[in-house]
Amino acid sequence: MKRKLEISELIFKIISYTLLTVFALCCLYPFLYAVSASMSGRHAVEYGEIILFPKAVQFDAFSRMFNDNTFWNAYSNTLFLTVYGTIWALGVAILGGYALSKKRLLFRKAFNFYLVFTMWFSAGIVPQYLNYLATKDVFNSVGITDDKWLVVIAMGMAAMNIILLRNAFEGVPSEIEEAAIVDGASEFQVLSKVFIPMSKSTIATVALFFAISRWNGYFWARQMISNQNEHPLQVFIRLRLEEFTDPEFTAGWNFPYATDSVIYALVVCSIVPILIIYPFIQKYFAKGTNAGGVKE
Amino acid sequence: MKGQAGDFLILDKATGTYRESPEQLVRDDVEKHYWLHVGRTILKDWRLYVMLVPTILVFLFWRYLPMYELLGSFKVSDQVKSVADQYFAGFSYFKRLLVGGDTLSTEFWRAMRNTFLLSFYGLLFGFPMPILLALFFNEIRSNIARSVYQVLTYLPKFMSTVVMTSLVTMLVKQASATMGTQPGIVSQALASLGLISQDAARAGLLNNPNFFRAIYQISGIWETAGYDSIVFFAAIIAISPTSYEAAQIDGANKMAQMRYVVLPSILSTVVIMLITRIGSMLSIGYEKVLLLYNPNTYVTADVVSTFAQRYGLAGSQKGIASAAEMMNNIIGMLLVIGANTIARKASNVSLY
Repeated sequence: MKRKLEISELIFKIISYTLLTVFALCCLYPFLYAVSASMSGRHAVEYGEIILFPKAVQFDAFSRMFNDNTFWNAYSNTLFLTVYGTIWALGVAILGGYALSKKRLLFRKAFNFYLVFTMWFSAGIVPQYLNYLATKDVFNSVGITDDKWLVVIAMGMAAMNIILLRNAFEGVPSEIEEAAIVDGASEFQVLSKVFIPMSKSTIATVALFFAISRWNGYFWARQMISNQNEHPLQVFIRLRLEEFTDPEFTAGWNFPYATDSVIYALVVCSIVPILIIYPFIQKYFAKGTNAGGVKE
Repeated sequence: MKGQAGDFLILDKATGTYRESPEQLVRDDVEKHYWLHVGRTILKDWRLYVMLVPTILVFLFWRYLPMYELLGSFKVSDQVKSVADQYFAGFSYFKRLLVGGDTLSTEFWRAMRNTFLLSFYGLLFGFPMPILLALFFNEIRSNIARSVYQVLTYLPKFMSTVVMTSLVTMLVKQASATMGTQPGIVSQALASLGLISQDAARAGLLNNPNFFRAIYQISGIWETAGYDSIVFFAAIIAISPTSYEAAQIDGANKMAQMRYVVLPSILSTVVIMLITRIGSMLSIGYEKVLLLYNPNTYVTADVVSTFAQRYGLAGSQKGIASAAEMMNNIIGMLLVIGANTIARKASNVSLY
């Protein structure tokens, strides 16, 4: 039997749909506007004539960027940082999380505290900066002059992610581990053949967290990477924004498209790849917020 | 419980004397040779401890060694000497920041106040939004329509801080009098709605300290509300439909259902998220402030981390900068520990 909606329920439904629609449009609009503005002619952009649809369509802003080698260079640097950074951080975190998940580990509480304390207290920007500078010297003295490796190795580890992995490994039934040991598996085989396959979804989530923080990393990359050719995309975008909104620069601009269009085109180009892979990672994206380190 | 003689000694009935129990001998042995015992256990299981080594080293080098550099906030800044060799300055930096009476101290207190206010407003306005969104999502019966709404609201979360702030900067940018260009589209819209004056729109909202907090909070809600609603929505759809039916049969209208069915079911999630939020209150993202502020808006925008960045990295007063941030981070740590203790006491839920 279908119940008739009560008047209070009906009102609430109407309010819900209205506010949700408004909010969803607010979320969507800046992107649509960015796409339109990046494809519109100079006059339309500068005089605020674009509301939703592009006017005097041009693709010069995009082609300017696609023909810009530094743009592609920045993109490949970001890919480098994301891929190697995720592999390195995930490898360290899996090994650490596995060891910490074992009840027989001596000083387990102390090791846990060692990690958790870094979530409570951080030394701050200046001490970290001095530390990274010292690390850079050490790296240079052993012959690693590419600052990207400094960013990959020294930055981006997060205690929370290790704890997520630890909790997942703790959830693997000990009978399966014992069975593997009885079958003669070594410690590394137990990890690679039993624990990693059985915690795939958490590992994927943690890998995604690492990858996102690498992809988005800006501040330390800008501080520590001195060679302009090594800058990742985020730094590239920011530098372009600073350059293109400088009144002196815009005054000397004489192209048929606006400086704004170039910035909007950059924004679009940096979001599109994420939108393309989103459907494949959606599962883990949504899982992340639920996977918080809540324990007993 | 106190130990009794019988725990350690065994009465030998035949001779009427006591002797040590064999278990106690083992215990004594372990105690005497504790580190030997530790060494043996580790050696037997060395693979496990080798696995822990990379984690320990990464955290030692890049999390704990910076803490050693904090010594610099008690010492006279010196570009040449390492922090160990610098001369002690005692608490002079802290004193100067707290009660210095000069512009530096005023700026520090302003930064402290801004840090607190930005996170407090974030809590006040930003925290309820995802819960409301989750309640609204729950009203949509069609799965397809709901997915569409959800994906649309997650969209801004796909941007990095740099891209998000670039977009915000462009949308509220100033008009140029010499070129005759118009302000950003959002400024135009707000001005034509009468929410802000034409002059303010033309001058650029990010150049006006009165708008910084609003821009910070609204862009924060825009960016995270949809994504943060996932966890609340999961709690809401976990409510059994029979609970609603029972409430309806008892004559509960929508408000009463909210009050007596939905609220109790999501309360624990809300409390956990709230505690996490309070715990991380003072550690607000400096990147976003750094990317949005400019000298015109320091009055309302400058937070302690950006203060430290300006004086320590862009300037050369490293001691002052790390002293300022250290105070902020210690208060932050106390907040986290306090929030976590309360959570454990109140609901047996511990976050770490």
